Amino acid sequence: MSKLSEEKPNVKTLPIAGIIFVPGSAKEYNTGSFRNQRPILDAKKCTKCGMCWVYCPDGAIYLNSDKVYEINLKYCKGCGICAEECAPKAIKMVDEEE
Amino acid sequence: MVLSKRIAIECSHAASLAAKLANVDVIAAYPITPQTHIVERLAEYVANGELDAEYINVESEHSAMSACIGASATGARVYTSTAGQGLALMHEMLFIAAGNRLPIVMGVANRSLSPNLNIWGDHSDMMASRDCGWIQIYAENAQEVFDHTIQAFKIAEDERVLLPVAVCFDGFHVTHVIEPLIALDQEEVDRFLPKHRKAAYRLTPDQPSTWGSVASPDIQTELKVQNEWALNASKDVILEVWREFGDLFGRYYAPLEAYRLEDAEAAILISGGFAGTGRMAVDKMRKEGKKIGLIKLRLYRPFPIQEVREVLSGVRSVAVVDRAISAGGLGGPVYGDIRNILYDVKDRPAVLSFIAGLGGRDITVKDFIRIGDRALEAASAEGGEHKVEFIQVRM
Repeated sequence: MSKLSEEKPNVKTLPIAGIIFVPGSAKEYNTGSFRNQRPILDAKKCTKCGMCWVYCPDGAIYLNSDKVYEINLKYCKGCGICAEECAPKAIKMVDEEE
Repeated sequence: MVLSKRIAIECSHAASLAAKLANVDVIAAYPITPQTHIVERLAEYVANGELDAEYINVESEHSAMSACIGASATGARVYTSTAGQGLALMHEMLFIAAGNRLPIVMGVANRSLSPNLNIWGDHSDMMASRDCGWIQIYAENAQEVFDHTIQAFKIAEDERVLLPVAVCFDGFHVTHVIEPLIALDQEEVDRFLPKHRKAAYRLTPDQPSTWGSVASPDIQTELKVQNEWALNASKDVILEVWREFGDLFGRYYAPLEAYRLEDAEAAILISGGFAGTGRMAVDKMRKEGKKIGLIKLRLYRPFPIQEVREVLSGVRSVAVVDRAISAGGLGGPVYGDIRNILYDVKDRPAVLSFIAGLGGRDITVKDFIRIGDRALEAASAEGGEHKVEFIQVRM
């Protein structure tokens, strides 16, 4: 779960009204934790069209320093939109349990 | 004691005048009967340049409270008022205001809820929103409307409180009545209430912050308990502010007001404007040698548990008069509260529920005498069973 819940603040340590005074704190949320399926990207099939990058609702896909698309599993919720949109079928969804 | 000016004023305008003297920064309101005169007068103050405030015309009460929430989050002193359906439309946002700990002050000109279309007074509107987390105070007359509105800003903005306050007063029976008022002048109000709100933190681009973020099941409970603690703890601050106000201006207030209760066997308990009629009935009954008194409940949330227990310790029965129905439940909502807190008390009085004055119908002296007589009967009987009696109903 998220950093906020790992620390388990109590009634007194919780900031007033749960207001978050640190900007950009949403990046602490490990939203990938509720993923059921994970995307597997086959770099050999990838044509680097970037459609997965465009469609990912969580911005979890990025081009790494080797100019290869990678998926950040900390934020990927496993929605499968990237796999659906991938024209050369380079992305496939596999169950997390596998 | 100050030699303040005694004026005649419509109770609605007493609320407007109080908000003006409190030097509010933002007013966002939508007109609704019987509240309209309050915001009309405030609009005039702003238009005339008598009050330097942002007056936001909105398209609904939901938007009115939303605008108040945004403005209050930026650190502004904020006022609004509404009634009946307007309060119902605000319902969702009332919780947001309290949960985000925003010291908004709102006048509620208590009105019946539709259907059928009824613009007149009863307490159905606020009672339907009683669990919204706001401090709720019921005023009886122009003086109380004025004093409680000014005090409300001081209570709400106190760092130990930071909660919104609703100052409730009966639609028409109070709002539209012209009464004498010992008004405070600006210099006097400034001595009591800081000219501007001092917010320790606020919504500002200079220091970005997130309000009302997602709270998962493992944190929502703590947030709700934090609010509940704050609301309960606000009672001490309310008492402190009322004491300070009394020391400055000579008018002292308490969570409830007892009338001719010293040797009373039975009591009538009511909130709002009809307490005056109730006192007249008590005087009449006292002349006939009936040992009855009246309790006016001023502070409804946080509920003054200890004070109510103490004031009722001397009587053998109490007749609770509600101007609202807790549908399909306990009869009147205040009756439910009173009966609830007495459960743990040994030798508790019998508690009777009367529902009266719905949709603007008068509660007459005769009605109060009938209620009082029923309370006296119960005082001499053994135990008290749960019964709800509607006053003046054709059946």
